[in-house]
Amino acid sequence: MVAPEEAKTLPAPKGETYKKKKVRGKHHLSLFAAFFRVGIFGYGGGPSSIPLVHKEVVDHYGWFTEDEFGDLLALGNTLPGPIATKLAGYIGYKVAGLFGLLNAVVATIFPSVVAMIALLTTLSAYKDEPWVQGMTNAVIPVVGFMLAQLTWQFVKKSSEGLGWMRALLLIGLSVVLMEVLHVHPGLLIGLLLLYAVFGRWGLQQKKGDTE
Amino acid sequence: MIYWHIFLAFFIPGILGYGGGPASIPLVENEVVDRYSWMSTEEFSEVLALGNALPGPIATKMAGYIGFDQGGWLGAAVGIFATAAPSLLLMVLMLKLLLKYRESENVKWMTILVRPTIAVLLGIMAYQFFFSSYENTGAVQTILLLGASYLFLERWRIHPAFVIVGALTYGGLFL
Repeated sequence: MVAPEEAKTLPAPKGETYKKKKVRGKHHLSLFAAFFRVGIFGYGGGPSSIPLVHKEVVDHYGWFTEDEFGDLLALGNTLPGPIATKLAGYIGYKVAGLFGLLNAVVATIFPSVVAMIALLTTLSAYKDEPWVQGMTNAVIPVVGFMLAQLTWQFVKKSSEGLGWMRALLLIGLSVVLMEVLHVHPGLLIGLLLLYAVFGRWGLQQKKGDTE
Repeated sequence: MIYWHIFLAFFIPGILGYGGGPASIPLVENEVVDRYSWMSTEEFSEVLALGNALPGPIATKMAGYIGFDQGGWLGAAVGIFATAAPSLLLMVLMLKLLLKYRESENVKWMTILVRPTIAVLLGIMAYQFFFSSYENTGAVQTILLLGASYLFLERWRIHPAFVIVGALTYGGLFL
């Protein structure tokens, strides 16, 4: 039995944190509370709620150390899919097993999904009211701007990873393939992933490969 | 059948979207608007815009609402499951393996190579939003709202929640 406060000082081996905890009931409550807060205070989608997850998991409950969380985040980002549920699920699993996984994921997404369904079904009842129209009309350019910010972040990160020349080349290629030739984006992404894993001809020598 | 379609529509963005939920939204749009025609671009923009006014992860909010819209509560559950489960399963099963290969060039390149394509998808979506705003409210209001967004979000770093609530209020009163 280890209280959460003492946990910070435990030299837990990587990826093995609290696998054999016995006080599950308390952990489930804490897990739910932690990810419920992340779910209702995180604005701007999963990635912008990562600092909140960090605050709960590292600072508040001490389930993971700073380094472990860093590793977890880095590796989570190499996998596809929403980051919020990946983090919640994995952390829940490590803290309290399979039920912990479900608990943390449900706590993260449930409040916002219910709010979403409630808001949109209510609004669609008043869909033709001019003030509802006005509200949606005004919020669209704002969200468009947020998407533009996100686009710019991805462009910048692309150039950091590839250099401007190659980044622009790939951006141009993506535009032509998806917008002009109407290739399904999934197909393009799938091919790029295969290229990353199996080839990268002409991109870099294979010197850095592990085994 | 509809549940199978809901599953596919969210499974594909869930396993191909790199960069978290917001980055996978254009892929969701591709399925929901272009392939299954459950919504028009217009309606999708509205749902996404209002979704952004609420807290919490965006990918599951979209999946939950669109699934609910198409197939009730079971549809919502299927949409959320298809969005979150595959990547979470990969995470739980593969983290040890990934830790071992964390320095592997191939793993790093997967993320690096996909970014420009995601950037294009997001850029196209931003453009669609600007265009539909221009169609709905005209050039003056669009430019005004974009300028205000720039000032509040980029310059003064106001929390997005407040900016969105502000926009909703402005729209409800003046548009």
